[in-house]
Amino acid sequence: MIGIKADLIDLDLPEVYYSIQDYESSTARWCPGCGDHAILTAVQKLCREEQLPPEKTVFVSGIGCSSRFPHYMKTYGFHGLHGRAFPVAEGVKFRRPDLDVFVITGDGDCCSIGAGHWVHALRYNMKMVALLFDNSIYGLTKKQTSPTSPLGTSSNTHPRGSVLPPMNPIQTTLGFTNVSFVAQTADWQPAHMYETIKKAHQHPGFAFVRILQRCPIWMKDGFCADVGNRDMLALLDHEDGIEVTDEVRNSFPTIIKHDPADINNARFYAELEDQVAIGLFYQDKNAPRYDLYGTSNLDMTNDERLAGLNAHLDRFAI
Amino acid sequence: MDAVIGNGTEQDIMLEPVVLDEAIIEIVSDSGEGAQKCGQSLGAISARMGNGVWTVEIIPAEIQPPARSRAGASGIRVRIGSEKITNMGDHAQLVVALNEQVLYGRLEQKAYKPGTYLLIENKWANDPLEEIRTAYTEDVAKFREMGAAVYEIPMEEECLKVVRDARKGKNMWVLGMLCYIYDRDMNEARSQIRKIFKKKAEKIVTDNIGLLESGYNWARANMDLHFSIPSMATDEEMVVMNGNEAIALGAMAAGFDVCSMYPITPATSVSHGLAEMMESAGGKVHQAEDEIAAIGFAIGCSYAGKTALTVTSGPGIALKTEFIGLAVMAEIPLVIVDVQRGGPSTGLPTKVEQGDLLSVLYGAAGDAPKVIIAPSTIEECFQFVILARKLAESFRTPVFVLTDANLATGVQPFPRPKVSKDWFAPSIDQTPWTEGLSPYAWDPQTGLSKRPIPGQKGGMFTVTGLAHDEDSHVAYDPSINQRAAEARSRKLAALQQSLKPPKVFGAEEGDLLLVGWGSTRGAIEEAVKKARADGLSVSSLHLHFLSPMEPDLKKIMQRFQKVVTVELNYSDTVGRPLITYENRRYAQLATVLRAQTLIDIDCYSNVYGQPMSPIRIYNMVKRMFAQYQQQLKEQQS
Repeated sequence: MIGIKADLIDLDLPEVYYSIQDYESSTARWCPGCGDHAILTAVQKLCREEQLPPEKTVFVSGIGCSSRFPHYMKTYGFHGLHGRAFPVAEGVKFRRPDLDVFVITGDGDCCSIGAGHWVHALRYNMKMVALLFDNSIYGLTKKQTSPTSPLGTSSNTHPRGSVLPPMNPIQTTLGFTNVSFVAQTADWQPAHMYETIKKAHQHPGFAFVRILQRCPIWMKDGFCADVGNRDMLALLDHEDGIEVTDEVRNSFPTIIKHDPADINNARFYAELEDQVAIGLFYQDKNAPRYDLYGTSNLDMTNDERLAGLNAHLDRFAI
Repeated sequence: MDAVIGNGTEQDIMLEPVVLDEAIIEIVSDSGEGAQKCGQSLGAISARMGNGVWTVEIIPAEIQPPARSRAGASGIRVRIGSEKITNMGDHAQLVVALNEQVLYGRLEQKAYKPGTYLLIENKWANDPLEEIRTAYTEDVAKFREMGAAVYEIPMEEECLKVVRDARKGKNMWVLGMLCYIYDRDMNEARSQIRKIFKKKAEKIVTDNIGLLESGYNWARANMDLHFSIPSMATDEEMVVMNGNEAIALGAMAAGFDVCSMYPITPATSVSHGLAEMMESAGGKVHQAEDEIAAIGFAIGCSYAGKTALTVTSGPGIALKTEFIGLAVMAEIPLVIVDVQRGGPSTGLPTKVEQGDLLSVLYGAAGDAPKVIIAPSTIEECFQFVILARKLAESFRTPVFVLTDANLATGVQPFPRPKVSKDWFAPSIDQTPWTEGLSPYAWDPQTGLSKRPIPGQKGGMFTVTGLAHDEDSHVAYDPSINQRAAEARSRKLAALQQSLKPPKVFGAEEGDLLLVGWGSTRGAIEEAVKKARADGLSVSSLHLHFLSPMEPDLKKIMQRFQKVVTVELNYSDTVGRPLITYENRRYAQLATVLRAQTLIDIDCYSNVYGQPMSPIRIYNMVKRMFAQYQQQLKEQQS
């Protein structure tokens, strides 16, 4: 139907059809073999499938390998400060309900330097998608321990092995007040990852997705057990969860029936000891949203604003 | 005063008021006794009568400090004059104290002088506790010894004749007493009470008016103090508010959509005002999780098309600094109000200091040029927020508005601004972006460029804090960094070219020029006036733009023998241990001006946490002239 003006026929067709190329910017400069490439492809595919207007789409990121992401999208982008993507994204969304906002962050950016903002981003529950690229190592600064590095990880800051158990971002997230969407996927599961991001994008609130990755340079063994050993990965499955084909479903030896409305079970599955679960842990479509507060008086005219201002000045009149 | 009230005693007829040009009155009490409401009301009544007024609150650091403690003094100073009043002045003429202990703090701050009238609640003389009775008696005797004219007033006793609980309402009785002493219009006083209690039950209103009249009548029958401060009646509509309220109203008049803040003294009341009012004037207040998030959120709003405001104080600026650097680098318009307090660190949270100039100017990593303006009156607090938004958008840069704790709590009447829709921010530009135009197409002459806003078709680009070229692409070629830094710096030069030279207060040339910025203007100009009346050749210059600076400063300063900045921040004094002309650290504006003009500018500054008083400046000027005369004599002999 490309090339036919929408008003020529009696159908509600978009005048413009966006192809993958419409979302592609400069060539990604991540290392060969990095899972970031796969996530970029999945996100560009989502943009095309959902026909998101590039000018109405904003990718906000912090600092780190993952946070270069906005540069590779031909949308609006904000590559800001280390750990501070959430406040910027919240500001973008606060008075612009028309903008589709994505936050791209990494395990250092989100779970370490930006952890304070992460807690509150979940609580604000503003409609946006947050993708945590978790490769459990600092990559851009060359191999330092991250909060999600497994115990004993040998890095440039802990050459004799890290001394603390890793933070579990899913467990952490499920403990925050007003959390409304928590999912986990893996960059080597492209079909599952795409469906997870898609589900997150449809969520009416703050959708948090942790994407398990391995860093081909600094953390070759990261989640390698999972890649190499399918028994390590369990699939959370439910009709309200992430949509998967039978083929994908059957590739998992462990399938856990989990209703994403059940936060107690979600917390239980987040804390599995010998397995890692992927899928939708929790969803609440009715959690209070701060962006609705932000936009509640957007429709005021300048005359109404002026009248309001004058009424306030009256209070100070003598 | 017409004889509506009063019982027609002999004193009514005999006591003609003594006419004053001005009076400084303080009311001090334990926290929570309503001294501030009493003083604010006295100020409002006087402003309505056409007097010049400046009020400033005396705030203890704690919310509910122990009763009758010296450090817990809470209160207010009201300065009323026949003409416009621009600062808190020097010594109080009259002080009302609800207990004698709270006076000590003010005595230590040299707020009073021999001859000051101290009107003290006398109920402590009969307190059930012996130690309180003793303390009261001894202290009152001590105050008399120090030369104060002490009046022991039965406030509680008189209030109990009107109401059952004297603790609530004693402030209105005091207001009535002061209305008699300073010959205030009682009709205005009654309507003031109706105004402050308008949301309360009628019984409360009538009780308080009863207390007011009781205080008035008691003073009329018993006090030998009676003054009047003539006023110039004006038809002009006036408003009265403090600097923080003026910033809040200015923010709405500027059409800001969002104020993003985190609580910090003494800036918080700006957001209190906005939280109360902004919703119905089309905006929103966002209370962020911390100072960093507050500015990040504001930058997000600005980036998305609506320039936002963030309000903070020194410690908040320290936390926000990385984001300020980003806003400079990415050229994102933003307004940052810094209500300065004593530093460094947590410092003096409720006290005034002009200590953030250098940190705001130079705090960020690398070269981060930004605009800094400083209002010097309450009215300018209102106006400068509007100016700041326009500058931020025109020059695509963060703009700082530096006020301080003195402006924040100082209350002054000014003509009601004739607000207009034209002052509001324009609606977000959503027209398609000019094809082929880069997001940083720096004009080689001005450094200026137009910014694309999300929603504009064809304008898609990625903001970055990394060095970038015109297309916002990460710069791998270092020459781009040099060119971009030039462009950002040139914007300030472009703004500077459009500014007018500042006006000298006093003669255009002479022996001594005082240079100030921010809240000290009223005190400096009052001191200059006084010194000029003594025949001294002194003028002053007040800077409103601190980055870029107004033009011709060097030319103006060269017309004076000596230039001294007057500032509320720290500087070394030559002659103190180890301090020499070589190692002396100068006050902040002096440091900048010396570097810019190569003139040997001196400075007079302190960090007592008190507003600069005219008498301190006047005495400094006198000393300086005496030294100068001495030097001349020595040279001659």
